[in-house]
Amino acid sequence: MIANYGYKDGSGEYYISIDTDKCIDCAAGRACLTACPKQMFETLTDDYDDEVVWIKQTSRRSLAYECADCKPSGGYTSLPCMTACTPGALKHSW
Amino acid sequence: MSAGEKKEYWRWEESCWVDESKNWRDAKIVTAGIDVGSVSSQAVVCVDGELYGFNSMRTGNNSPDSATNALKGVLEKSGMKLEDITYVIGTGYGRVNVPFAHKAITEIACHARGANYMAGPSVRTILDMGGQDCKAIHCDEKGKVTNFLMNDKCAAGTGRGMEVIADLMQIPIAELGDRSFDVDVEPAAVSSTCVVFAKSEALGLLKSGYTKNKVIAAYCQAMAERVVSLIERIGVENDFFITGGIAKNPGVVRRIEKLLGTTAAKTKYDSQIAGALGAALFGFTLMQKQAAKAA
Repeated sequence: MIANYGYKDGSGEYYISIDTDKCIDCAAGRACLTACPKQMFETLTDDYDDEVVWIKQTSRRSLAYECADCKPSGGYTSLPCMTACTPGALKHSW
Repeated sequence: MSAGEKKEYWRWEESCWVDESKNWRDAKIVTAGIDVGSVSSQAVVCVDGELYGFNSMRTGNNSPDSATNALKGVLEKSGMKLEDITYVIGTGYGRVNVPFAHKAITEIACHARGANYMAGPSVRTILDMGGQDCKAIHCDEKGKVTNFLMNDKCAAGTGRGMEVIADLMQIPIAELGDRSFDVDVEPAAVSSTCVVFAKSEALGLLKSGYTKNKVIAAYCQAMAERVVSLIERIGVENDFFITGGIAKNPGVVRRIEKLLGTTAAKTKYDSQIAGALGAALFGFTLMQKQAAKAA
């Protein structure tokens, strides 16, 4: 399942997509949980009884601001969460 | 209505139905799904995996009471008691506050499952137009979610937005859809980014000489454009189906169909019960699995 967390507003589209099929048996040991400086990721058991990662409710409506420090303007050349996610389950839309 | 009493144009019709042709006492497994949404609450009872009855009503200011009242409607109409229900699943915005639920499941999974039952296994794309959010869901032939996207940041493109416009126009909400077609020329959409902006813009249009019908048409178009931009992110695959209260508004539905270039699948069921129905069906599957394990 592709789970898209985020929103679209007047300034643009801000979604983080998680491919839960790649996330279920994470080969990276859930490295995204610690890689995110804002600790936005957490694990949960989804509706189909699989343990997957999702974005915390409190962060979903402010992704543009939460992720800003990890974007090139914040000095990063690649996003820490996407770098940590070696199975390639994570994607940013912006 | 007495003088001075404000008419509630936004108030939609609540409904309660039980299938008199079925006898729930003959059923092996009776399950219930309770969908406590931000605007409406539904209770659905299924007997052996088939829809038996439902109650759809406005959510009050208390989720546990809303859940209890929703189920009470079906129980009273059928002569059933809470103890007769084998398994209850809560879903929707208030799913964790359903006091008698055995489990909570997200409304995304439940709407996909409910749509699969209501419109058949050929449904692949679902648009759930809820009270205060809107979800685009892609599912497989079993009603399992494969992709979803949710807009819950603002009320534009939601049922609550339509209620606001009904009140502003002083036209009953059930009439808005048909009246939106009663225009000479289709107007440009109002702001689709924010329902507060849309309301201000609608007021401005009225003052500039737009008829009420034309303003409603502009709002329906804005709502359609808003949700179409959402659904296009996950892609539209036929069959396409719309759930939620807005599915009853032809003014929005036909404009969405036009923008997407497809026709929404029809159903004989109330579009508002999809989430609760999906929850009740999840309960049935769970009970079947438990019975198979025990055997």
